[in-house]
Amino acid sequence: MIEVRDLRRTYRGRLGRPAVDALRGVSFDVAAGQRFGIVGESGSGKSTLVRLLAALDTPTGGTISFRGTRIDGVPERRLKFLRDELQIVFQDPMGSLDPRMRVRDIICEPLKRRDDERLAELLDAVGLPLDAASRYPHQFSGGQRQRISIARALAPDPKVLIADEPVSALDVSVRAQILNLLADLVERYELTLVFVSHDLSVVRHVCDTVAVMRRGEIVELGDVEQVYQQPLHEYTRELIAAAPTLRAALARFQEG
Amino acid sequence: MTTAVKRRTPTLTAGAVLVGLVVLVALVSFIWTPHDPTRVDAAVRLLGPTGDFLFGTDKFGRDLVSQIMVGARTTLYVGVVAVGVAALIGTPLGILAAMSPRWLGEFIMRVNDLVLAFPALLLAIMFGAVFGASTWTAMVAIGIATVPSFARIARSGTMQVMSTEYVLAARAAGRSRLVIARRHVLPNIAGLLIVQSSVSFAIAVLAEAALSFLGFGTRPPTPSWGRMLQESQELLAVQPRLAIVPGIAIAVAVLGFNLLGDGLRDRLDPRLAGRR
Amino acid sequence: MTVLAVRGLSVSVGDTELVKDVSLEIGAGERVGLIGESGSGKSLTASAVMGLLPEELDVSGSVELDGRQLLGMPERELSRLRGRAMSMVFQEPMTALNPSMQVGKQVAEVMRLHRTNQDPRAAAVDLLDRVRLPDPRRAAKAYPHQLSGGQRQRVMLAMALANNPSLLICDEPTTALDVTVQAQILDLILANTQGSALLFITHDLAVVATVCERVLVMYDGQIVESGLVLDVFTAPQHRYTQQLLASSDLESTDENGRLKTVSHD
Repeated sequence: MIEVRDLRRTYRGRLGRPAVDALRGVSFDVAAGQRFGIVGESGSGKSTLVRLLAALDTPTGGTISFRGTRIDGVPERRLKFLRDELQIVFQDPMGSLDPRMRVRDIICEPLKRRDDERLAELLDAVGLPLDAASRYPHQFSGGQRQRISIARALAPDPKVLIADEPVSALDVSVRAQILNLLADLVERYELTLVFVSHDLSVVRHVCDTVAVMRRGEIVELGDVEQVYQQPLHEYTRELIAAAPTLRAALARFQEG
Repeated sequence: MTTAVKRRTPTLTAGAVLVGLVVLVALVSFIWTPHDPTRVDAAVRLLGPTGDFLFGTDKFGRDLVSQIMVGARTTLYVGVVAVGVAALIGTPLGILAAMSPRWLGEFIMRVNDLVLAFPALLLAIMFGAVFGASTWTAMVAIGIATVPSFARIARSGTMQVMSTEYVLAARAAGRSRLVIARRHVLPNIAGLLIVQSSVSFAIAVLAEAALSFLGFGTRPPTPSWGRMLQESQELLAVQPRLAIVPGIAIAVAVLGFNLLGDGLRDRLDPRLAGRR
Repeated sequence: MTVLAVRGLSVSVGDTELVKDVSLEIGAGERVGLIGESGSGKSLTASAVMGLLPEELDVSGSVELDGRQLLGMPERELSRLRGRAMSMVFQEPMTALNPSMQVGKQVAEVMRLHRTNQDPRAAAVDLLDRVRLPDPRRAAKAYPHQLSGGQRQRVMLAMALANNPSLLICDEPTTALDVTVQAQILDLILANTQGSALLFITHDLAVVATVCERVLVMYDGQIVESGLVLDVFTAPQHRYTQQLLASSDLESTDENGRLKTVSHD
């Protein structure tokens, strides 16, 4: 489905600041139907990677192909097929919805026309009431806003969904609901999922494959259980050890 | 936090009342004024306030109240046209500068700086010298001189909007730049522009008064607050009333639009409006 | 010895009660967690203790620090306590620091303000060393934007600890940080608050369990459950706590592989 080869992106330095190598040669494949996780901390290059995968930015080097067609450095007017087949759910459910647009217009944006029938279908799919359509984003809770964002991404009936930290701005209880919703939708619409997160335990729950990124490079890539249980790279081990878990924390009391 | 704290805005109310007063006076002047504001009558020249002439008359015997009322029209007319010219040229220019490649944006803004560096009054005087001084040359000159402030505010607002995720989402949805500018940028910078309009309106009113005072604006006999001031000059020592009345009118209008602008700024500021 | 005693604290705006009858006590050297989701009133509770609530909000009840009543205390006296007897670390260190002032000076100023140190400048460098900023002498001369998020939070912590406060409030101090940095900051907080009372606010159950011994669960402005971390997290009594625990556990799922959720949306 997606083929990435030796992808590089350097941001030119401005005002005497040094240039930043956000991506230094990244390669991987995402197969149809796969749930592909990308884990990394800030500065790992995962956000840059998302933009490049969605052809919202142009790489400095390397190639990206979508279903065999190159999408890197291609002008917008020749990307229509990609816009219909690949959609993004962003991290910040407030920031990614235009505050001055009604939910109806937000969700229909990828369709480029009003389609009430489709709108009703989408609202239903993400578990929002019909009357949500005429309201504005600020009238919803964080979790509901993320549902709006997901409905918009599903509007053109895409084959690939990129979720960029879709739950990191949400409360724990809402996080579970959104993760379940995503899982349902991926199953129902047979989506290929690219799930980006800083949290390996979330990726472990959602994905089957994971790429661990650090400083613009993939340091480890493989089956998610395998990577989680037997991390090969030093950094992956560090990442797993650093994340606090309830089990480990409670064990501290039980020992003492 | 889900509690929206209602912001009390006395500034907004005061501004709206003052501006409303000027508009009302201008509207009434179309159907009724106490006297013909342009009628010269030596018999009643330089009268003090009486029952018939509420604020008295000027050196030609024209009624001050009627002149102020019709002058309000000129004032608003100038403001609307000047701000209209500035907004219609400045806004697209600013949006274009923000959305085009870096070099083009920089170029537009440097040209903009050049215009900004050019004194508005000088521009108006040049226009007046070339085309003959009139309310029109004053309006257009003031408008052009105000273009840069609109371009600047539109550019900074657009850049802010362009950096949001919802624009990124619109791009991922396959929206063209033009559609993004119309559907996302314009509605989100409208507040900034309204505030800028209001403040520019105040500046335009002052500029027109200054130009008319200098003789480069509204020509006689059309009543204008600025020209009333100018005509009062020679009699300032003996009849200060002739300067005070239009002076207060100008102050009320300028203050009104400034307060309105400040009040709207508080009300429409995206950072404050964004509070849940 | 009780450091902080809050009794019957309520915060309201107009007719809406945002915090309802909250009572809690923290002793010296005790670390208490306050958990709940956004909008549950946990940050409001912290602001009420610090006397930092917006004026539009009405507060009632009692907040005692070292036996002194803080509610109704004049702002001048309160500001003398803030940064000295009690201090706070916020979620976003970038907005809590002055962007146009060297961080060393900002740390020194906290001590200069309260005249607690003869040589604030040197003490500031010591403090930056204590929060393990690499090369503290040079770091002291840096401006906030020249530091990383984690480093900024270390500076915030140095400022908060500068006058050895008896109460330290941390409001989601690691939420904006990377996991690996979060672990280091949590260690720092643990190591440096041995004698103080710590009120730790977060929505992350694992973080609370790592840092605190006792925990208070807040829901809809009320404390619905409290007790030892081990007890509350292994045998939750209130329905909300039970659901919160269930939905945060990514390893236990229902028969369809779905997570357990709290149903109140």
